Amino acid sequence: MDPLLVALLLSTLRLATPLGLAALGELVAERAGVLNIGIEGMMLAGAFAAFACAAPSGSALLGVLAGAAAGLALAALFALFAIQRRADPIVCGTALNIFALGATGTAYRVLLPPGLVPETAPQVAELLPGVHPFVLLALLLALAIAGFLRGTRPGLALRAAGERAEAAHAQGVPVLAVRWGATLFGGACAGLAGASLVLWISDSFVEGMTSGRGFIALALVLFGRFRAGRILAGALLFGFASALQFRLQAIGLEIPYNLLLMTPYVLTLVVLAVWSGRGTAPADLARPFAPRS
Amino acid sequence: MRALPDWLAPLGAIAGATILAGFFLLLLGADPAAALRALARGAFGDAVALENTLIRTGPLVLVGLGMALAFRCGVWNIGGEGQLYAGALAATAAAVGTGFALPASVALPLILLSGLAAGAAWGAVAGVLKVSRGVSEVLSTLMLNFIAILAVAWAVGGPLQETAATYPQSGAFPAAARLPLMPGTHRLHAGLACALLLPPLLWLFLFRSAAGLRLRAVGLAPRVARYAGISPGRETLRVLVLSGSLAGLAGAIEVAGVTGRLFQNLSPGYGFTAIAVALLARLHPLGVLPAALFFAALASGSGAMQRSAGVPSVTVQVIEAGVILLSAGFALAKRES
Repeated sequence: MDPLLVALLLSTLRLATPLGLAALGELVAERAGVLNIGIEGMMLAGAFAAFACAAPSGSALLGVLAGAAAGLALAALFALFAIQRRADPIVCGTALNIFALGATGTAYRVLLPPGLVPETAPQVAELLPGVHPFVLLALLLALAIAGFLRGTRPGLALRAAGERAEAAHAQGVPVLAVRWGATLFGGACAGLAGASLVLWISDSFVEGMTSGRGFIALALVLFGRFRAGRILAGALLFGFASALQFRLQAIGLEIPYNLLLMTPYVLTLVVLAVWSGRGTAPADLARPFAPRS
Repeated sequence: MRALPDWLAPLGAIAGATILAGFFLLLLGADPAAALRALARGAFGDAVALENTLIRTGPLVLVGLGMALAFRCGVWNIGGEGQLYAGALAATAAAVGTGFALPASVALPLILLSGLAAGAAWGAVAGVLKVSRGVSEVLSTLMLNFIAILAVAWAVGGPLQETAATYPQSGAFPAAARLPLMPGTHRLHAGLACALLLPPLLWLFLFRSAAGLRLRAVGLAPRVARYAGISPGRETLRVLVLSGSLAGLAGAIEVAGVTGRLFQNLSPGYGFTAIAVALLARLHPLGVLPAALFFAALASGSGAMQRSAGVPSVTVQVIEAGVILLSAGFALAKRES
C-alpha cells in the first residue's frame, strides 16, 4: 500500500480512538438516562493522572489504571450532585469541566515542577505492528456494550432506567444504583480516553490538552444515534477528517491552520443539523429521578 | 433538612467552596491562609488592584445577565465565550474596515453595534438549529465557542492583522475608536456604565414586562406556556439572540475599552465564568452585579496569589467550580421540573 495512505490511516486510528472510547462510555451513561457533559473534564483528569503516575514510575500500565481511576473519581462527584442531589446535569457537568481545568493545572504546577519529573511519559506498546491495545480496547468495548445493552437482563434494566425511570422503578429496577453505575463506567472510559492521549498520542501532559475532544465525543453519541457500532464509525470519520487536515497542512496546501482546526467543530454542527430529530434519545435522558417510597 | 433562605444560599456556596479550595491547597502542601490574604490584596489592596477588579467585572455582568436570562427560559446557552469572541471580532472588523478614520461619534456606536449584532447572530445560529432541527443548544453553543475562538485566531493572523505584521494581533485602535476613560482613573472606561445600567433594566424586562413573563413561563412550564399561546420555540430563539447580543456587546466593549486591539486569548474565560455568575446570582438580574464582582475579584487577585504565595492562579477555577456545584446542588435542587 502507498506509505502515505498507510500513514493517513494510522493517524486516523490515533485520532479516532480517544473519541471512540469517551463516546462509548457516554453512550452507556446516556442510555441509563444520565447526560454527563463533564466528560471533557474527566478526560483531562485522566490525562493528568496518567502522566503523573506513568512519568515518575516508568510504568505505562500504572498510567492507564490511574487515568481510569481519575475519570471514575470525577464521575462519582458528578453523580453525587446530578443523581443524588438531583441538581441540573448541565450545570454539574459544566462545573466539573471547570474544576478539572483548575485542579489539573494546579496539581501539575505544584506536584510536577519542571525538572523534578521526566518530561515524557512511557508509551503503551503495540501488540502487533499496527495493532494498538487502545484500538483493540475500543473495539472490544463497542462489542461488549452493544451485546450488553441488546441481549442481557441488566442491559435491559439499564435501558429501562433511561427510557421510563418511573416504570423501571415499579418493576423493581434500582434506578439510582443503575444510573450511578452507568455514570461511573462512563467516567472511567473518559479517563481511559484521556490516558490514551498521554500514553499513546502525545507523550506529555499539557494544560487543557483535551481541547474539546470530550465535547466532540458527546456529539458522537448523537451522531451515532445511541448505537455503539455507529458511534465507532462516527469516531473514525472524525478521526479521518482530522488526519486529513494534518496531511493537507503537511503537504503545504495554502489553507490557514486555524480554519483547518475548525473542521471537526463545523462538521459536528452540520452533522447534528442534518441528522436532527431526537427521536432515538432515551425518553428520560437528563431527567433527575426521585424514587417515591 | 430545610433549604437555606434565598439570600443566604449564595454566601453559603462561596464559604463552602473557599473551604474546599483551602483543603485542596493543604493537600498540595501550600498555605491556604497566605494564599487567601494575597488574593484579597491583589483584588482590593490598592487603586490599581481595585480598577483591575472592576474592569473584569464589566464583561462578567454583561455575559452573566445573558446567561441568567437564557437559563430562566430553560435554554442552556453555554456559548457566552464564543458570542463574546464573535462580538470582539465584528467590532474590530468594523474599526479596521473603516480604516480607523471615523470620528468618535460615528466610530464608537458602529463598533459597539457591530459587536452586539455579531453576538446576536452567533446566538441565533444555536437558536435556529434548536428550533428548526432540534439540535441541543448545549452542544451547538459548545461547538460555536470553538469556531468563534478559532475565527479570531485566524483573523488576527490574516485579514485583521496589524500592518507591521509582527504579532498575531490587530492594529491598535486610535483614540477615536476607544471608549473614553472615567476622569481621574487609569483604566476605568465608559463601557462599565453598561454593567451598572443593564441589571436594573433587565430586571424590569424580566419581572415587569409581558415579554419577560413569556420568557419565564417557557422556562417554568413549557407545556403550560404553549396552552397560553406562547411559542416555546420563538422564546428560545429570542432569548438566545438576547443573551448572545449581551455577550457580543461585552466583546466589543473589551476591545474598545480595555485592550484597544484584538488578539487570541482576549477573554480569560469570561463566557464560562459567567455561568457561575448567573448561578450564584440565582438567575436574578440584580444579583448578577455582586456575583460578577466576586468572580472578578477572584480572577484579578489570582495573579497576586501566584506571585506572593506561590499558588498557581488556575486554582481559582477550583473555587469557581465549587461555587457552581454548591449553588446548584444545594440551592436550585428544589426547582423541580
